[in-house]
Amino acid sequence: MTNTTATGVKTEPGIKAIRLRHPWRNTFAVVLLLIVALFIADAAMRPAYNWPAVGKYLFDQRISQAAFITLQLTVYSMVIAIILGVTLAIMRLSPNTVVSSIAWVYLWIFRGTPVYVQLAFWGLIGTIYQSIDIGLPFTEPWVSFPTRVALSAFILAIVGLALNEAAYMAEIVRAGLLSVDSGQEEAATALGMSWFQTMVRVIVPQSMRVIIPPAGNEVISMLKTTSLVTAIPFTLELYTRSRDIAAVTFETVPMLIVASIWYLFFTSILMVGQYFLEKRFARGIGDRRPDKKADDASAALTGVTPVVGSGQPTVVSPATDPYQGDR
Amino acid sequence: MVAVIDTPMVVADRVSKSFGSNEVLKSISLEVKRGEVMCLVGPSGSGKSTFLRCINHLEVVSAGRLSVDGEVIGYREANNKLYEMRPKEAARQRRDIGMVFQRFNLFPHMTALQNVMEAPIRVKGLSKAGVEANARALLARVGLAERADYYPAHLSGGQQQRVAIARALAMEPKLMLFDEPTSALDPELVGEVLDVMQGLARDGMTMIVVTHEMGFAREVADSLVFMDGGVVVESGVPTEVLTNPQHERTRAFLSKVL
Repeated sequence: MTNTTATGVKTEPGIKAIRLRHPWRNTFAVVLLLIVALFIADAAMRPAYNWPAVGKYLFDQRISQAAFITLQLTVYSMVIAIILGVTLAIMRLSPNTVVSSIAWVYLWIFRGTPVYVQLAFWGLIGTIYQSIDIGLPFTEPWVSFPTRVALSAFILAIVGLALNEAAYMAEIVRAGLLSVDSGQEEAATALGMSWFQTMVRVIVPQSMRVIIPPAGNEVISMLKTTSLVTAIPFTLELYTRSRDIAAVTFETVPMLIVASIWYLFFTSILMVGQYFLEKRFARGIGDRRPDKKADDASAALTGVTPVVGSGQPTVVSPATDPYQGDR
Repeated sequence: MVAVIDTPMVVADRVSKSFGSNEVLKSISLEVKRGEVMCLVGPSGSGKSTFLRCINHLEVVSAGRLSVDGEVIGYREANNKLYEMRPKEAARQRRDIGMVFQRFNLFPHMTALQNVMEAPIRVKGLSKAGVEANARALLARVGLAERADYYPAHLSGGQQQRVAIARALAMEPKLMLFDEPTSALDPELVGEVLDVMQGLARDGMTMIVVTHEMGFAREVADSLVFMDGGVVVESGVPTEVLTNPQHERTRAFLSKVL
C-alpha cells in the first residue's frame, strides 16, 4: 500500500512509532500522595498547630492591616527599585566612563553589604544627620528641618529596601538589554529613530522577555525581605506584627502559620501576574513560549505526528501548521 | 533646477576609516548619480560594508568628506573644517537613506505591518491611518499583502527581507543601501528578493548594493565597483568589468565567484 501526501509524493506505508512509557512515574506519584495525606492528617490532629487559633487570627484586623502595610512596602520599594535599576543599567552601559563608574560604585556598595545592615543604617540616619538643610555650603541654610520629622520609619523602610533592590534590578535589566541583538539597534537607528525611541520601542520590549522571570523573582523576594525592616525599627509589617501578637498570647506556631498564609496568598497573586506579563512579551516568539507543549513543536518541525497505541500506522503527512510551507 | 538634478546623489571624497590602527578604508573617492544602481563587490574584509555603513553614518568616517544629495553626512562644514553632528541631526539625515541588512533585522515583537509602520509614525509623526494604507500598499508591492499580520518568526528569510525592504521604503528614502541582502538566504529564496530590488531599480531608485550576486550586478547595475584592501581597485560598466577586468586582483576575485 502506498500513501500519497498533499504534495503528490508517493510514500511507503508509515512505520509505527511508540512513545517511551513511564510506569514508575505513576507509582511514585501515588506513594508521594499517600505520604502527603498522612502528614496532613497528622498535622490536623496535632495540638501544637492550634488550628482554631490560626482561624481566629487569620482575618484579625491587626494582621490584615499589617499584611496591607507589607504589600505597600513591597509595591513602593519595587517601583522605585525598578526605575532606579533601569537608570543604573543604562548608566553602566554608557560610553561615558564617569557615568558608568558612578553606577559601578553604587552597585559595589549596595550589593556588597547586607540589606539588614543597610536598613539599620537608615534607621540611624536621624542620629547621624540630625537635620536636613537646604542651602549653600558654609552659609546659613535657607530651610532646615529635623530628620526624624521629615523621614518616618515607613519612608526609611521604603528607601532602604528600594536602594538595595535597585542594585540587583540594575544587573537584571543590564542582562536583558545586552540580550537584544545589536542589529536591532542598528536597524532602528538606520530608520532615523532617536536613541530614546530605539530604547523604548525596540530594545526594552525585547529585553522584557529576559528581564521578567528574574524580576518576578525579585518582587517575591522583596515581599519576604520586608520582614527585615524591623532593623530600622519599623514594626507594623506582617511578620513583626504576628510575632508581637504571639509574644503576648504565646501562640507562636499558629501566628507563624497565619503570616505564612498571607505571604503565600500575595506570592500566588504575583505569580499569576508574572504569567500574563510573560505571555504578553512573548509576542512574535511563539515557538519558544513556555506554555507551548514540546510535542506540538516537534510535530511542526518534522511533519510526523507519532501515534501511541493506536492500530493505525503513522502516516507521514504535512503538518496542519499554516506557516509550514513557507519555513 | 537643472543644476540640482545634475548633482550626484552620493559623493565620496577621499573617505578613510580606521578601527584603531586598522585602516579599513583608504581614501575612497567615488560618485553615484541620481537613479543609478551601483554594485560594490569584493572579497570579505575589503571594506565594502564599512563604506556602505559610513554613508548613513552608522560608522563615523575618520577623514574625508561623504555627502548625500549635496549634504555632508555626519558633519557640519564650517571654516573649511568638519564638525561632528549631534545624534539628533544625524538621525534627521538618516531618515532619507534607507538601509537593508544582511540579517534582515526586523523587529521580532512587531508584525510585518507594524514593522513597516513604526518609523513613519515615530520618526515622521504621521497619522496612523495614512501610514497604514501606505504600509499595506508597500507590502503589496513586495508581494506580501496577505502576510501583513504575520510576525517575522513566521516568515521565510526571503519574505523577511522583502518586509525589511518595505520598511525602508516606508520612509520614502532618496537613496537605498543594501548590505549583502541575499547572503543569509537559502539559494531558492534569493530570486524573490532580487526581483523586488530590480523592480525598485526600474522605478528609478538610487541604490548602492553590496553583493556577491554577479548576475544581478550584470543585469541591473549601472556601475560596478571592485574593492579590495580598503581601496577601489577598479570600477566601470558591469559587463566590461566582469568580462574584461583590467587588474590582476579583479581577475583573481572574479575567477573564484563567477
